[in-house]
Amino acid sequence: MFAPWADPAARPLVRFDGVSKRFGTATAVERVSLDIFSGEFFALLGPSGCGKTTLLRLLAGLEMPDDGRILLDGAELTTVPPYRRPINLMFQSYALFPHLTVEGNVAFGLKQEALPKAEIASRVDEMLALVRLEGFAKRKPQHLSGGQRQRVALARSLIKRPRVLLLDEPLAALDKKLRSETQFELMQLQESLGLTFVIVTHDQQEAMTVAGRIAVMDHGRLVQVATPQEIYERPTSRWVADFIGEINLIEGSVTEVGRSGTVVASAAGRLRALSPADVTAGDVVWVALRPEKVRIALEPPPVEGENCVAGQVADIGYLGDLSIYKVRLDNGIIMKTAVANVTRLVERPINWDDRVWLTWSSEAAMVLTR
Amino acid sequence: MSKLEAQRSWGERLILLVPYLWLAAFFLVPFLIVLKISLSHTAVAQPPYTPVFDVAAGWSGVIRALSTLSLENYALLGSDSLYLASYIKSLEIAAGSTLLLLLIGFPIAYGMARAPRRWQPVVFVLVVLPFWTSFLIRIYAWINILQRDGLLNQLLLALRIVDEPPAWLSTDTAVYLGIVYSYLPFMVLPIYATLEKMDETLLEAAADLGCPNWKAFWLVTLPLSRPGMVAGALLCFIPIVGEFVIPDLLGSSQTMMIGQTLWAEFFANRDWPVASAVAVVLLCLLVMPIVIYEQVQTRDLARGG
Amino acid sequence: MRRASWFNIGSLALGLAFLYLPIVILVIYSFNASRLVTVWGGWSIRWYAELIDDRAMLESAWVTLRIAFLSASAATVLGTLAALALVRFGRFRGRVLFSGMIYAPLVMPEVITGLALLLLFVAIDIDRGFWTIAIAHTTLITCFVTVVVQSRLLTFDTTLEEAAMNLGCPPVKTFLTVTLPLIAPALVSGWMLAFTLSLDDLVVASFTTGPGATTLPIRIYSEVRLGVKPEINAVCTILIALVAIGIASASLLAKFHHGGRGAMAGLAGR
Repeated sequence: MFAPWADPAARPLVRFDGVSKRFGTATAVERVSLDIFSGEFFALLGPSGCGKTTLLRLLAGLEMPDDGRILLDGAELTTVPPYRRPINLMFQSYALFPHLTVEGNVAFGLKQEALPKAEIASRVDEMLALVRLEGFAKRKPQHLSGGQRQRVALARSLIKRPRVLLLDEPLAALDKKLRSETQFELMQLQESLGLTFVIVTHDQQEAMTVAGRIAVMDHGRLVQVATPQEIYERPTSRWVADFIGEINLIEGSVTEVGRSGTVVASAAGRLRALSPADVTAGDVVWVALRPEKVRIALEPPPVEGENCVAGQVADIGYLGDLSIYKVRLDNGIIMKTAVANVTRLVERPINWDDRVWLTWSSEAAMVLTR
Repeated sequence: MSKLEAQRSWGERLILLVPYLWLAAFFLVPFLIVLKISLSHTAVAQPPYTPVFDVAAGWSGVIRALSTLSLENYALLGSDSLYLASYIKSLEIAAGSTLLLLLIGFPIAYGMARAPRRWQPVVFVLVVLPFWTSFLIRIYAWINILQRDGLLNQLLLALRIVDEPPAWLSTDTAVYLGIVYSYLPFMVLPIYATLEKMDETLLEAAADLGCPNWKAFWLVTLPLSRPGMVAGALLCFIPIVGEFVIPDLLGSSQTMMIGQTLWAEFFANRDWPVASAVAVVLLCLLVMPIVIYEQVQTRDLARGG
Repeated sequence: MRRASWFNIGSLALGLAFLYLPIVILVIYSFNASRLVTVWGGWSIRWYAELIDDRAMLESAWVTLRIAFLSASAATVLGTLAALALVRFGRFRGRVLFSGMIYAPLVMPEVITGLALLLLFVAIDIDRGFWTIAIAHTTLITCFVTVVVQSRLLTFDTTLEEAAMNLGCPPVKTFLTVTLPLIAPALVSGWMLAFTLSLDDLVVASFTTGPGATTLPIRIYSEVRLGVKPEINAVCTILIALVAIGIASASLLAKFHHGGRGAMAGLAGR
């Protein structure tokens, strides 16, 4: 399995070492240290204004860090001007040159290296074929559709075979259907070319789909860096759990820590979680539950006790593949549960104001301390 | 900061320095010279003033020069009613024609902004086009029409509106006409720019809330086009005060506008110090509306306008 | 929905008539066969023919064109540099003075500018004539170029420059291969505006002229003061025609390249 980040001997391709960037009094990036390895598809994920684009621009050399160093292959990159970095960026706005044709745009990077004309031409053709724009070489960017422009921008940033390709919200301007198609194309491209991709996105689904590893950012800091599964199933904080997907949070205090899990006393009763947590009795913690891991039933379970709460259906959202039930517990807490609609039943078995019981396994619950 | 920025700043310095030095040499320094000469004595010589500063004399020369500075030219401006009358006449004509321009320019701008979308570029070009032709030619065209046996009087006589051809040239009416004609786009374009930007759904909202059209115009359109009107009024008022060609060709020679007075002092009387003093006072007069405009603008900006 | 009410159409039509009628009359009368400018004597191109022999007038036209070409070109360079400094440099020492000097000539009465420049030329004791007018005009019209180029630079998408640098293009080359071609329409409109302004100027030229440098406006002005002459009608008509051809070709060119936006921006700059 490809997991160089788990190998202490692996040398990173890109290393951020305590990098900070301020704009006036606002801090965009604060003491970020991060390693990205060759061949990774890496995502920077966070809400808008979290500093992820600034981090990308620091790597491209379009911003200069106020503190810290950036290394490429162990060599100092911090003071190298952008036009000497073997790193290319695909801009969110695409930034296609309106006075050049598609061909001229794609060839622009190679022309800076003063390559022979014939080589430039053949590599441009090759690249246009790769992004399926063969017939559009002589068009101006303003006469292309959004999807075509996106592919020109991709071709232009790929043609120099950069050590790292940076993608700043590359799919944000596309409509939903095209976006999910393009996500898979990007993954295939990255794999077949064997390049290192760093993508910036605010769309958590996109990050989970394309990336091998995700760095979640908030207020200029890295909050968690891990694989998509890890981030979803083992978030390190309530903020991450809430930012990635839906989450139910129940506050309580630890009463028992043992081999059979952590027991938490809460307003919703005794809750048991098997996930390892660094807690001791008396700590205030939150038990976190993904909605799809919560079962809903009209009958009470045979053994009422741990990991079981009762309430009334307050709201139902029908999404087609899923139905979301919002249940108001007897103590006023709202919990969400997602149920896959596996049959084609049109009549709903559970309705508004029905008395329901929510249960979950102790493997499903997580204990968060922050 | 970084090495990159340091490298660039050499080129940047050059970019800034070239226009900076040019303007300093040919715009700023000349005004300092005007100020200096306005404080010197008139002399019958070539050039017709006695220099106040003698750079070669060094610091002591400067001290001596400062002691000989005189305000006599300014005193003359105050004592001779000719100058005062000139200033007043200029302000009067500028204010009057700015008002006229507002009254005439607004309907035109409104008509342009309300014209169907596909006509707008055409109408826009049609309004602007005449003003690419020479200023002088446009004034000259009016002389053609306004002279005693010109087309206007021929028309008036033919329609029997008048029996005797009235004199149009060398009157204030002709000056107003020439100014309004020449400055119209400076009024129309700023107003058009604000009207064109205006969200039309605002008027629909007003109608939806029960406001009749004329009232919506009064309560919505007019207040929102105020920035354009203010900008247009200033763009017209300031240069009109110092206008020379129009009053010289179309106006009477009895009361001169200040631009004419300056011209006459300079070319006819060869009294350069007085001409300079006239210019300095005119400049001070014109700085006022600019300062007011700046304040209005910063206030509008602060309000997010 | 836009409805063109009768009031709107009427005010627009009246306004346009007011703008065009004097010029149309001037053009028509330039083809008047009669020497008496107020009496229609039939169509003729007699005054144009006489112009060809008017050496002084041709001389003036030639001087004026040379001055306009020279000062418009110099002003385009200076104005573009100034616009770059104002838009791209943010705050720098002396910015207030700099922008003051840039914008002041826009509203400064020409008599003052002319007087000030003349006094400078006298103070440094250089011979007045062709070059002093060219310098004066450059100073006068630089601000107009700055305004036109500045408005283009303000809407310029700087990520294009970043993209070029990201693809390995150094800053100076980026300016030449990306920025300059994209702001070129604004430079062309700025140049045209500057050219016509120089062609047009009477007051500043009168102050700064010297022997042997009588520009066309100065000559026309001295003739006009003596009354209307059919030859002047012809000169004016030729100038109007030249400007019309210039504008038409420029806007066609702009339409061809950029959908007509450049020319519109240029026209609006006036």
